[in-house]
Amino acid sequence: MSKVLMKGNEAVGAAAIKAGCRYFFGYPITPSSEIPEYMSKALPEVGGVFLQAESEVAAINMVYGAGGAGARVMTGSSSPGISLKQEGITYAAGAEIPCVIVNMMRGGPGLGSIQPGQADYYQSTRGGGNGDYRTLCYAPASIQETVDYVMLAFDKADEYRNPVLICADGMIGQMMEAVEFKENLNKNLPAKDWATTGTKGKREKNIVNSLFLEAELCEDHNIRLEKKYKLMEENEVLYEAFGLEDADVVCVAYGTTSRIVKTAIKLAAAKGIKVGIIRPITLWPYPYAIYKDINPNCKGILGVEMSQGQIMDDIKIGIEGRMPVYFHGRTGGMVPTPAGILAEIEKIAGGTK
Amino acid sequence: MTMVYEKSKGLTDVPFHYCPGCTHGVIHKLVAETLVELGVLEDAIGVAPVGCSVLAYKYFNCDMQEAAHGRAPAVATGIKRVHPENVVFTYQGDGDLASIGTAEIVHAAHRGEKFTTIFVNNAIYGMTGGQMAPTTLIGQKTTTSPLGRTVEHSGMPIRMSEMLATIDGAKFVERVSVDTPANIRKAKKAIKRAFECQIQGKGFAIVEVLSTCPTNWGYTPVKALGWLQENMIPYYPLGNFRDFEEDK
Repeated sequence: MSKVLMKGNEAVGAAAIKAGCRYFFGYPITPSSEIPEYMSKALPEVGGVFLQAESEVAAINMVYGAGGAGARVMTGSSSPGISLKQEGITYAAGAEIPCVIVNMMRGGPGLGSIQPGQADYYQSTRGGGNGDYRTLCYAPASIQETVDYVMLAFDKADEYRNPVLICADGMIGQMMEAVEFKENLNKNLPAKDWATTGTKGKREKNIVNSLFLEAELCEDHNIRLEKKYKLMEENEVLYEAFGLEDADVVCVAYGTTSRIVKTAIKLAAAKGIKVGIIRPITLWPYPYAIYKDINPNCKGILGVEMSQGQIMDDIKIGIEGRMPVYFHGRTGGMVPTPAGILAEIEKIAGGTK
Repeated sequence: MTMVYEKSKGLTDVPFHYCPGCTHGVIHKLVAETLVELGVLEDAIGVAPVGCSVLAYKYFNCDMQEAAHGRAPAVATGIKRVHPENVVFTYQGDGDLASIGTAEIVHAAHRGEKFTTIFVNNAIYGMTGGQMAPTTLIGQKTTTSPLGRTVEHSGMPIRMSEMLATIDGAKFVERVSVDTPANIRKAKKAIKRAFECQIQGKGFAIVEVLSTCPTNWGYTPVKALGWLQENMIPYYPLGNFRDFEEDK
C-alpha cells in the first residue's frame, strides 16, 4: 500500500478503524479535537457509531459500556480531559474491559496550555485512578508509529482484557507525516465470551464488574490482575536504543522529544562526544533491563522530557545508582531545542556534576 | 396442587441483602416480571448503580454491568449503541441519579437514548448510612442534616421526573409508589410501559419509584410506608408526566 500524508490526530482515527474499532465516544479538547472530528465522519461510513458525549466522564463510561458489551472502542482527549477519564479507566481496569484511550498531552497542571507536553508521565505510568492497576502505555515518536501502535493497542487490549493508553504529545497530534497502514495483525485473540450481549437463553448470565465486597475476594482479584501485569512486563516492553556500549553520555527521551535528542546526538558527534539513546516506546512496562548495556565508564544519563523531570524516577530505577543522572526539559508547552540539549551533553561529558 | 405464586424467572436465586421493610425487593420483582412477560429477559442487559442496589447485578437474571456512581446512563448508552436490538436498562437510586449522575441522566434523556431507567427515590443515602440526598425533604433529619434539611442551606428537594419531562428525548416519564398493593400494580404497569417505549424505539423512558428506607429513616417498615404516604407523595406527586402516545 502506498503512503498517505496525514495529520497525527486523523491518523489515530484511521488506524483505529483499520484495527476494527467501530465505536468512539469523546469530547472536544485542544490539541486532540481532530480525533472526534475525523471519527464523526469516518465511523458512520463503516457502519460504526461516533457519539459526542456530554463530558469526558460520560465519554469514558460509554467506552466502559461498549467495551463491556464486546465492541472495539476508543476515546481520545488531551491532558485535562484525560484527568477526568481516570475514574472510568480504573473501573475498566478493575472490570477487565478492553479499550483504547489516546492522550495528546499538553502543558499542565490544571488547564495548563494547549501546546505539547509530556507531564502526564506519572499519571499514565503510575495509574491516575485509584487502586492496584496498570495500563499498557505506548509513546509513539512519529505519525507512522502512532498508526502502528494504535492498531497494536486494540489487539493488546483484547489479549489482556485491559485498557491501553496511547501517550503522544500535542506535537504528534498536530503535525503531518506520510504513513502506511499495515494489515491488521489480529493474531488469535481470545473470544469475548465474558461480554454482555444478552444471554439469548444459551448461556449463564455474564457480569461486568469491579466490585468485590468481601476483602478476601477483592485481594484474590488484585492478585490475579497482578499476574496479568507481570505477563505484560515480561512480554510487552518496547524500546529503541543505540550507541550505549561506548557512550560518553546516554540520553533518555520518548515521543517528539526523542527526535530532538537525535538531532542533538548528531551535533555532539560532530564535537567528538559519543552519545547513546534509550527511547522507551512503552512507558509502562518500562525498559529497565536495557540500562545494563550502558558503558560502565559513561559519564552520566541525561533525561529529556517536556516536563519538570517525571521520567527521572524510571531512569534512576534503571541505572541503579551506577552513574550520575541529569535532567533537561522544557515545560508548560515549551519544546526543548537541540542546542539546549547539546549544552547539557557537553557539560556532562566535560565532567560537570 | 395448583401453583398460585412463583418467584420470577427474571431473578436469580441469590438472596437479597436488603433491610427488612425496604421496598427495593418489590421493585426488583416488578422489573424482573416485566422482562419475562415482555419476553425480553434473554435480550436484556442491565446496568447496576452504586448505592443500596449496587448488588442488583447479582439479582437480575440477565447480563449485567456494574457502573461507577451516577454513570449508569453513560454505560447504558455505550451498551445500547453497540447492541441496538437488545433491551437495556439502568436501575439507580436517588444519590446515584439525582446527585452525582445528573449530567449523565439529563443528557441520556436529551439524546433520546433508547433504554429504560428505573429510578428508586427513598429521599436518603441508604448504603453509606443515611446521609442527606438532593431528594431529602425539608425538615427531614439525616446524618448530614442532623437538625433537619433547610431551604436556606441546601435548597428544595429536586423533582427529577418533572425536570426530565421537559426534555424532548424523554418519551415516557412516570412517578409511582410501591406503598400499597394498588400502587404496586400501577407501578408494574408503568414499568411495563417504560420498557415498551424502548422496545418500540420511541426514546428514553424513566419510572421514578417512591421507596422506603426504614433503617435510615428510623421507622418500622409499616410506619415507614405511612411516612412515605404522608410526606413524600404530597411533595412528589404520583402520575404520568409524559407518554409516547402523546407524541403521535
